[in-house]
Amino acid sequence: MNNLIILPVIIPIITGMVLVIFRNNIWLHRFLSLLATVLIGIVSVLLLEQIRTKGIQILCLGGWEAPFGITLVADMLAVLLVLVTAIVTFCCLCYAFSSIGAERERHYFYSFCLFLIAGVNGAFLTGDIFNMFVCFEVMLVASYVLISLGGSRIQLRESAKYILINMISSFLFLVAIAFLYSMTGTLNMADLSVRVAEAGQGGLMTAVSLLFLFVFSLKAGLFLFFWLPGSYSVPPTAIAAIFAALLTKVGIYAIIRLFSLVFYHDPGVTHLFIGILAAASMVLGAMGAVAYWDIKRIITYTVVVGVGFVLAGFASFSLVGIRGSVYYLIHDMVVKALIFLIGGTVIHLTGTGKLREMSGLIRMYPKLGWMFFIAALSVSGIPPLSGFIGKIFITEGTFQSGYYWLGGIGLITSLMVLYSVMKIFMNVFWGYTNLTEDMQKGTTRGLLLPMAILTLLTIALGLGTEGIHEYVDFAVEGLMNPNLYIDAVLGFKGQ
Amino acid sequence: MKGLNDVILRTATKVVVVIILAFSIHLFVSGHHNPGGGFIGGLAFVAAIVLLFLVSDIEKVRNNIAVDFKNVTALGVLISVFTGVGGMIGGKPFLNQVFGSVNLPIFGETGMATGVLFDVGVALAVIGASLTIIISIGEDR
Repeated sequence: MNNLIILPVIIPIITGMVLVIFRNNIWLHRFLSLLATVLIGIVSVLLLEQIRTKGIQILCLGGWEAPFGITLVADMLAVLLVLVTAIVTFCCLCYAFSSIGAERERHYFYSFCLFLIAGVNGAFLTGDIFNMFVCFEVMLVASYVLISLGGSRIQLRESAKYILINMISSFLFLVAIAFLYSMTGTLNMADLSVRVAEAGQGGLMTAVSLLFLFVFSLKAGLFLFFWLPGSYSVPPTAIAAIFAALLTKVGIYAIIRLFSLVFYHDPGVTHLFIGILAAASMVLGAMGAVAYWDIKRIITYTVVVGVGFVLAGFASFSLVGIRGSVYYLIHDMVVKALIFLIGGTVIHLTGTGKLREMSGLIRMYPKLGWMFFIAALSVSGIPPLSGFIGKIFITEGTFQSGYYWLGGIGLITSLMVLYSVMKIFMNVFWGYTNLTEDMQKGTTRGLLLPMAILTLLTIALGLGTEGIHEYVDFAVEGLMNPNLYIDAVLGFKGQ
Repeated sequence: MKGLNDVILRTATKVVVVIILAFSIHLFVSGHHNPGGGFIGGLAFVAAIVLLFLVSDIEKVRNNIAVDFKNVTALGVLISVFTGVGGMIGGKPFLNQVFGSVNLPIFGETGMATGVLFDVGVALAVIGASLTIIISIGEDR
């Protein structure tokens, strides 16, 4: 029993609600929301140390023991993701201070960001599949508000689609949980794992697992990403960056968790299917990124490629491949936030997203230009930046499992992503400077710091891979060996 | 919304609102062992307020109940969460609850549970959220 685990969920809820009460004090909003992310970061570092020394930590809410009550389980993967979430949110909030506008700030922007974080952290930490549904809903309701906050015409159009898609997937999520409950009689994920292993993963169980896969694919943007480019390009930059960094990752996490802990008995069907979906989303995403000449479109399509890549590694279901997935997942959260922030800044400065209408920005904004260059290399996996290590392990994993086509597609799409981000770099930053002082639509004042933090982080993750090696290996071990998770949750009763 | 000019409705409301409010409290209190609880109690409470909205206008009711319902929601959630945090005192898990019976002067031997505090929070959150929704829809014309 470890009460630290609940803190990443309740800190943002408490802070968000306090901010609702003190509505008019914007400085308090800024200060407390930053403080909340810092606290979550500290808690997750403490948890990382405890997990490293003492193994997976659990918390049975209200003292109701697993499998009867709701259990929160902090394993390495979940806590690593909580930590990265806190860092990314910190940077996006800093960016929001000078970009989001007073109107949105007064209309509970910070509160809803914090509720979103509460949902994301809850989904990472919960050990109960119905609770995961609830946390998804908390996260989604907050994201509905954030996507439509401001109420411009295009925002409302896209948020209507976004809400409809997510309503349908949440409905199917609930149906899938009901099927699973009727077959196994439990909702605790460790207990589910035991019962599915006992009863065997027959055809019906595999069908239910594919229904789950469908639901999470819709949420993660794995192949079913048709809603994603539209809805991620309408909200303001800071919000879009939070969405790109976090929301799809929760779907990916759910797929990884469910198909490594519960439905891992028939990888010939389920994992191959994940692999095919991953390949399709890599190819389609890369094609989208290559085809468009609009900066926001291109970077939203790279989100889709990233989702495909993480799950390609997972689909190989080998130690090396999953290690690559974990590295790449962490990298992707950082670098997607970074590239969205930079892309948004470019649009903020020039007033347009069209690549052909701008050029030569590097003369006026050298720092921004070089940060974009680093982010671009990192997205496409050039050493020594953080994307490289993940990509190499993922490729090695897919080759090891005999999915040569999957690894090959991964490499080809990496080149396509490299082409598309370099296209942005060359068109926006190189060339004749056509932007004069008075044509600028804004300044970079106050915007550079959060981007600099994320840039340093992607460099540090690349150069200091050794440093987090131990933690990632711990996470991979937990994923490859479900018994560790089960023992931590159900073995608790004996004490 | 301007109030309805209906003598029967106006007269009945004066009695009915009191009954609904009493019933909502009954639902709330019985929730610990029987059907009811914070959520349903809160909703019944909201029903009474909505009836007042229909009979007199929203402005008049707002002037008499001078609280911002968004703050009520926030307060409710905070109460609930802090009840859970209270469970963490003494190394117990989050949301742990304590139950005991106390000898009160008039009621005699009465069962007291910290779970009720959690329910108070739920009720306030439900009341605040539903009234905020209803008022913002009502004003949005």
